[in-house]
Amino acid sequence: MKAPDVPEGRMTRAGRAEWTKLRTDASNGWLTLGMIALTVAVGAAVAMTSRCDATGCAGDPARLSLTGVMVGQVVVAVVAALMVGNEYSTGMMHTTLTAMPRRLTVLCSKSAVLSAVTLVAGAVSVLGSLLIGRLVQPGRGFTEQHGFAALSLTDAPTLRAAVGSVCYLVLIGLLSLGIALVVRSSATAVGIVLALLFVFPILAQVVADPDWQRHLRQISPMTAGLAVQTTVGVDDLPIGPWQGLGVVALWAAGAMAAGGWLLSSRDA
Amino acid sequence: MTSTMTRPRAEARPGRGGFGRLLHAEWTKFRTVRGWTLSTVGAVLIICLVGLLATAPASESHPNGSSALPVGPDGEAVNDNFYFVHQQLRGDGTLSVSVSSLTGVVSTGPTDSKAGLAPWAKAGIIVKDSLDQGSAYAAMMVTGAHGVRMQYNYRHDRAGRSGAATQESPRWLRLRRSGDTLTGYQSADGSRWTEVGHAHLPGLSATPQVGLFVTSPSVKEGTGTGTGFAPAVATGSFDEVSLGGRWTDGSWQRGQVGRDAGTSGSYTQDNKGGATVSGSGFRVTGAGDIAPVVAGPATSGVRTIENFLVGAFAGLIIMAVVGAGYITVEYRRGMIGVTLAASPRRGRVLVAKALVMGSVAFAVGLVAAAVMVPFGGVRSKANGFPVLTVPTATELRVVVGTGLLLAVASVFALGVGTILRRSAVAITLVVVGMVLPYLLAAASVLPDGASEWLLRVTPAAGFAVQQSVERYDQVVTVYAPSSGYFPLAPWAGFAVLCAYAAASFGAAVVLLRRRDV
Repeated sequence: MKAPDVPEGRMTRAGRAEWTKLRTDASNGWLTLGMIALTVAVGAAVAMTSRCDATGCAGDPARLSLTGVMVGQVVVAVVAALMVGNEYSTGMMHTTLTAMPRRLTVLCSKSAVLSAVTLVAGAVSVLGSLLIGRLVQPGRGFTEQHGFAALSLTDAPTLRAAVGSVCYLVLIGLLSLGIALVVRSSATAVGIVLALLFVFPILAQVVADPDWQRHLRQISPMTAGLAVQTTVGVDDLPIGPWQGLGVVALWAAGAMAAGGWLLSSRDA
Repeated sequence: MTSTMTRPRAEARPGRGGFGRLLHAEWTKFRTVRGWTLSTVGAVLIICLVGLLATAPASESHPNGSSALPVGPDGEAVNDNFYFVHQQLRGDGTLSVSVSSLTGVVSTGPTDSKAGLAPWAKAGIIVKDSLDQGSAYAAMMVTGAHGVRMQYNYRHDRAGRSGAATQESPRWLRLRRSGDTLTGYQSADGSRWTEVGHAHLPGLSATPQVGLFVTSPSVKEGTGTGTGFAPAVATGSFDEVSLGGRWTDGSWQRGQVGRDAGTSGSYTQDNKGGATVSGSGFRVTGAGDIAPVVAGPATSGVRTIENFLVGAFAGLIIMAVVGAGYITVEYRRGMIGVTLAASPRRGRVLVAKALVMGSVAFAVGLVAAAVMVPFGGVRSKANGFPVLTVPTATELRVVVGTGLLLAVASVFALGVGTILRRSAVAITLVVVGMVLPYLLAAASVLPDGASEWLLRVTPAAGFAVQQSVERYDQVVTVYAPSSGYFPLAPWAGFAVLCAYAAASFGAAVVLLRRRDV
């Protein structure tokens, strides 16, 4: 490594520090690879088991091949929670905050590094899933005769589904990071994130009243956020695709704000 | 509670007190960590709170209204709606009839209909305790596609001769009462009779209602977007109605049992129930069903008791966090060294931990379910949603099963936590393994076949223990995870989860013994 001639900006240095921390923990590499593999594998499994037998079948090829995002998001949440939780459990947080006393800088650099990593891993897994869908689905009845063109990023809804899924993964990472900063423990943070993601949709399934059901789906981070993957029957969604992503963004912003505020106001 | 149980044991048998003391030590560790005790109490509250949301009041009046479902002799909710030509007859006797046709009409729209017959449309003879819905009965019938059947007390179904009844080859049916026993016979010609089965109806009224009935459940139809049910009526032609034994001819009365057709079908604008005399018999038209209520698209407004336990998912996540943390925190704090120095037999340490963790989680699930099942039912009814009544034994299985579910899940988390020594990853594995397959299956994201396999081979199979609804061959619905039917029987599904927990726990014991601390 060559020593920088010009003194680097504070943000750049902080970002580099976070990147080094993330990169040098071997488990993060495995987790990221695992996230890509899981996302693509689950998407492929769903693409290979679902089928469309007639025109007007209820399938949504883009959404089906992106089902793996539901599993991938969990790994993203774990990486994010570990990024903070590990520092607290090992006492590394003291070092980090001594080196970078401006706590908002720490928050920004952590979230920037996490977002960048998730963006890349998410893009790889989403593109991989769509590619498999494009290859497999025509053989499963998603053909021109049944009203489905092969998946392609030139198709506006499919592009939206792809970009939206990557954004969704980034937002889930930030949500998890924020919660981990609030609870300062990776285990608790993961528990809370998983409960937020999974309990809402299960609850929405059993709620008796249709209005309650719709509202639950609108505020649930997972159901609302993954609305962005829908390419068929967008009008029937409880919330619009981009608005749904907005709901996740609000959750993530809320968690980050709470985490940031506690990080700067609390003793480490 | 556990402390009062373990303490005397440790003192009473000092020679073998090792394990008792170990158990006590582990219980003390659990009890004195504030986060864990708070989580335990919190888990009970959250299971109840989330469950209450599921019974939220309806903002608009629901089509199914607040009408409670009738309950059959075995304690389960039933449909008991049919058109009945009947008279009250005292003592023992026989009723015979020949059915020469069974036809039906299915409505395809508000004003359109087509000819069609539900596979389980029924026309036959019945001896029924009273005209009240849900009362005991035994019946011989011709069905739309399943031949002659003898059915009694809603749940029981016995096959007779197959094939449809026609003018050329009518089906002769006979029911004979002798005390509390009813025997069903069939015949092709009205002279040679063979027995189909018999039913014992204890406490059957001395003067039951005896007569002819026709009913038809709605017809399941696959559409582009899923499965729909179209209302249908059936019409049966009865001839040669004859009474024997001490039963003597009085006047036949006619009427609908049950206001409308229940959750299984309905009359339409053009098709009403009714009966006309024709020759020596009757032509009877009816809709509804005489069968247990099952879950599915037709009963979307009906709550099942597992609906009130949806919070168990949240409780399970909390108990998994605690279960994994119970061991990983020892690694993080270096406490494990002290623990293993104090009791060098490492397997026993883990068993003690599993016992403490499992008991606490069991108590959480049991208490929360014991509160939510009755309370959710009361609230749901008050808010205008009928609740599917199930036999007490089933209710008990669901409540105890919820406790066991949380117990085994937390031991599973403890095992995985010991193997990985990292709680975040352990929690994720357990929660994703249990909750995500259920979510994917229940939300019908996947095709039914794939969903069923997920619920067979993943730890999510364990949720089957909470299934209160039953499958019946003689009732058509969508028997799929999306309507609450697990592919495995309740205890079989639970055994799958136990196998995962046992495997992880076994691996944890082996690793804990082999590894340096």
